[in-house]
Amino acid sequence: MKTHLLVVSAISVALAGGAQAATEITVMSWGGAYAKSQVEAYHKPWMAATGNTVNSVDADNPATPIKAQVEAGNVSIDVADVEYSDAIRLCDEGLLEEIDTSALPAAPDGTPAADDFIEGALTDCAVANIVWSTVYAYDTTKFEGNAPSTIADFFDLEGFPGKRGLRKSAKANLEMALMADGVSPDEVYDMLESDEGVERALAKLDTIKDEVVWWEAGAQPPQLLADGEVAMSTAYNGRIFNAAIGEGQPFEIVWDGQILDFDLFVVPKGAPNVEAAMDFISFATGTEPLAAQASWISYGPARKSSADLVGLFNDGKTEMAPHMPTAPENMQVALVNNFEFWADRDTEISERFNAWLNN
Amino acid sequence: MSTVASDTSPSLPVDSGPITAADGTPLHVALQRATRKARIRAFLLVAPLLAFVILTFVAPIGQMLWRSVENDSFSANMPALTAWFKANEAVQPGAGLDSDGLPGEDAFAALAADLAGARENRTAGVVGTRVNYDLSGSRSLFTKSARRANRLEAPYKAALLDVDEDWGNPELWGVMRRSSSTYSAGFYLAALDMQYDAQGNVESVPDNRRIYVPLFVRTLWLSALISVLCLVLAYPIAHLLARLPLRYSNILMIFVLLPFWTSLLVRTTSWMVLMQSQGVVNDLLVAMGIVSDDGRIQMMYNQIGTLIAMTHILLPFMVLPLYSVMKTIPHDYVRAARSLGATPSTAFWKVYFPQTVPGIGAGVLLVFILAVGYYITPALVGGSSGQLISNLIAFHMQKSLNWSLAAALASLLLFGVILLYWLYDRLIGIDNMKFG
Amino acid sequence: MTGHAAPDAAPHAAPEPMVRFKNVQKSYDGETLVVKDLNVDIASGEFLTMLGPSGSGKTTSLMMLAGFEPATHGEIILNGQSINDVPPHKRGIGMVFQNYALFPHMTVSENLAFPLQVRKMSKADTEAKVKRALEMVELPEFGSRRPAQLSGGQQQRVAVARALVFEPELVLMDEPLGALDKQLREQMQYEIKHIHESLGVTVVYVTHDQSEALTMSDRIAVFNDGVIQQLSSPDTLYEKPDNSFVAQFIGENNRLNGTITESRGQTCSVKLDNGEQVVADHVVAGGEGTRTTLSIRPERIELDPPAGSQVVTIDGKIEELIYLGDHIRVRMSVAGTDEFVVKVRNHTGRKSLEAGQQATVGWDPADCRALDALAD
Repeated sequence: MKTHLLVVSAISVALAGGAQAATEITVMSWGGAYAKSQVEAYHKPWMAATGNTVNSVDADNPATPIKAQVEAGNVSIDVADVEYSDAIRLCDEGLLEEIDTSALPAAPDGTPAADDFIEGALTDCAVANIVWSTVYAYDTTKFEGNAPSTIADFFDLEGFPGKRGLRKSAKANLEMALMADGVSPDEVYDMLESDEGVERALAKLDTIKDEVVWWEAGAQPPQLLADGEVAMSTAYNGRIFNAAIGEGQPFEIVWDGQILDFDLFVVPKGAPNVEAAMDFISFATGTEPLAAQASWISYGPARKSSADLVGLFNDGKTEMAPHMPTAPENMQVALVNNFEFWADRDTEISERFNAWLNN
Repeated sequence: MSTVASDTSPSLPVDSGPITAADGTPLHVALQRATRKARIRAFLLVAPLLAFVILTFVAPIGQMLWRSVENDSFSANMPALTAWFKANEAVQPGAGLDSDGLPGEDAFAALAADLAGARENRTAGVVGTRVNYDLSGSRSLFTKSARRANRLEAPYKAALLDVDEDWGNPELWGVMRRSSSTYSAGFYLAALDMQYDAQGNVESVPDNRRIYVPLFVRTLWLSALISVLCLVLAYPIAHLLARLPLRYSNILMIFVLLPFWTSLLVRTTSWMVLMQSQGVVNDLLVAMGIVSDDGRIQMMYNQIGTLIAMTHILLPFMVLPLYSVMKTIPHDYVRAARSLGATPSTAFWKVYFPQTVPGIGAGVLLVFILAVGYYITPALVGGSSGQLISNLIAFHMQKSLNWSLAAALASLLLFGVILLYWLYDRLIGIDNMKFG
Repeated sequence: MTGHAAPDAAPHAAPEPMVRFKNVQKSYDGETLVVKDLNVDIASGEFLTMLGPSGSGKTTSLMMLAGFEPATHGEIILNGQSINDVPPHKRGIGMVFQNYALFPHMTVSENLAFPLQVRKMSKADTEAKVKRALEMVELPEFGSRRPAQLSGGQQQRVAVARALVFEPELVLMDEPLGALDKQLREQMQYEIKHIHESLGVTVVYVTHDQSEALTMSDRIAVFNDGVIQQLSSPDTLYEKPDNSFVAQFIGENNRLNGTITESRGQTCSVKLDNGEQVVADHVVAGGEGTRTTLSIRPERIELDPPAGSQVVTIDGKIEELIYLGDHIRVRMSVAGTDEFVVKVRNHTGRKSLEAGQQATVGWDPADCRALDALAD
């Protein structure tokens, strides 16, 4: 029924294109290379297909203006690209339009959208477009002949000596520690529900604690690696890709035990062009636009069906597929960040983690 | 100082009765009238500054203190249950509860009504976050139950327990009762590593969760150490500055002030370049054969890093008050002491040093207070062992978004500093302090 | 280093001086000498004043004696011992500073007790001595005050008491009265002089105030340009200056430039620049043809001396009269200068004087000294 409505509205927009003034929607994103990849892969094709226009604006964090705009009753944004935690929070606080995910198009092979998207990519108010991940990377010059390949190797100081870089937060570290300790990804969050699970993760982290250099900003890990301060470090995959492919640094990503996160499209409550916004999201998160975006940046499409269509990086020679967090060979031991878990447990676990860190 | 005092309090003859001006008005009235205009003008001149200070300093601090005890996320969004808690003060563990340790149907009915309201207003996340501060895992309980709130039917107790059995946790009800009061000392308890137990008594958190008190202690200890290091380093420099001819002391002063003119991040980053294990200092030590390539000294990402970088950054704050005090101490005092038979060290400790105490007091207090509040530097170079309490305040401001706890921590820090200031006043006297 | 014979070796009948500066030189920058070649003996119990304009080397000499500045060359001897390498606190010399240098964080009593405490004197003795010192300077009630609560004169007294309380044989005073007003200064001069006499200590006193020096000293060393110009008693210094600088620096002085035409040992004839011939005491080195400046004190000059008296006379003209009560200051033009000053005692029956009037000035040739020539 909803599908029908959408199709009808799409047709009516298309039909009205000649007679009626085209709709202009405002899409707010993060700027830089990331926004550029969206303009190339989503905005231009959508404008060509519908005759509408997209006004692309940037913000440091597109989630920030939403609350203020909705509460002031003066919403100017139609679509915003936000992080998972913000998507859930804004949704819980009633600041977003709900999105009917069943209306999203199926994969080319007919797989329904609900199955085609990676688990967790669809929520009440948001549709994921990209997947980025926390991985660990090492300096290849330090491990010639015997390179680390699993998440367990990160915790193996004897086999792979050298300093480790870790983000100074409980998130991702505990999950990685458990995976390194042999817990299968689908059991990680169940195990962390209990104190024993948290202690087990911390005990694993204890084995490398003395060798850890803690980082906080995403730009630090490639710098620490380049300075030789650490032999390996957890990092955001895009940062390592840029350093390795973009700048030619001798860094290698180990995908084993990666933790995936999403960026998602949301529609603020009371957006001026809700229908066009929904249509844009539906179009942009289709199999082909998501695949096209990957040639501009090393973040993975949120749809499984897009993986096969990912081509070359815009340098014209780097095959992007292996650099995607979502590439099947990278997904063998991978975990999707469970926001609900962290929303519930963050206070408690962060306190425990901070206490552990400072003792 | 003394001349001002003698100007404003002329010693009037007290035995000749009230003194009057020529027209018969009492003298102090006449004086007041005569100076009123000048006083109004003076007040108008400082009024902008006063407004500025109130707006940018007094108000935010007041708001912080307010926020540390006030949190209405629960009471504002769960009115029915809040009202029930108020009406049933007596219902505590051991009195008025059902045999399962839970309140009766009326409380659950109020809860169900509030959840329905929360669903309507989409405030379940707000309430859940508040309860979650005290009872981990409650946030999803609220969001999940709110989603199903419109399907709930009487009897609500059974219905809610059916949605999630966590509603049958007596501890949750204790937490909700405490959260329902808009004002609470709960955030201060948390900031002191304490919590309420299931019976509502205050207890210490388990050892492996103690974090704030040890960090407060570390912060005070490291700040004291930094103050002492700054003093030891700044004292000779300030003395040299005060003694050198102006032409040289100006150049030296530029070097002392140089850190002021560089951004905090640039300075901190340059320390990182110098001190990291592959950094300049370690490279030099290795090149000179003092340490082996494997034995590079870890000067960063630990307490030593915090100590070195903060001592450097705060050094000017010690040098300046010391310098300004030393500048006013004529060289003749030490010479006089020497001529009177004092050895150089006696002359220093008995004559020179006591006169620099006002500068030392000002410098130490300044450096200490600044050190207590620093967080960028320890965050960048402190690793895990060099973290200060401010880093956790920042954590709660920016990441966990538990502003009430951040405010409580910051208020404790503020009280601590005020206490130290008071102690200082009692021991040394604030009048004796000279900032420059 | 000095290359001179040890002073102790010289068998003198005269008593050993308490202080001896021997060929002392001082330079701060290695280029110019602040003290050029200082040789002074100071006898025990003497009150010796170093007098001179600022920058003349007098304070530097005092600081070298106190031990705060090392001598660049030469020796300073105290009681027969070279003290060049003795640090200040072992010299046992009391010192009073220009701004008193009373320790502001101590009470008056604590200030006075300081030199006794560093000498590890017993508490009872210390208290007794502090009490006596306070009585000596007539401030017995002020022991518990802070220096800032005292007047300038009181601070000055405390400073003197502190420099004396440990009973040094030698006390140095560096312009100690400079910060006081005129009246208080004069009173303090007498008090210091009195203390000096009653205690019998040796005092080396630095000042740039010539009347202070004349009032207080047994001997005065006049410094200029790093050199002692003259070292003698106040009356000799005033009446028999050795050179034009001293004549000019001490008291008021009339100068007449001329050339020696004939030297007769003690006296000489001088032809003034306007052609007049006068007789004067021959002080300057050099005989006939040497340029000279004659120095005559204003109070030694007589206006219109009776004819036939044994005086030198020159005609002049009264330019200006200033009435000063006890005397009248008469400015005249005489022998080419219009800065010639005569002091006329204000006694009954003095002649009436008027500006513009012609008058003859006359003086005893013994009061006129032919000194080194000064450029005009």
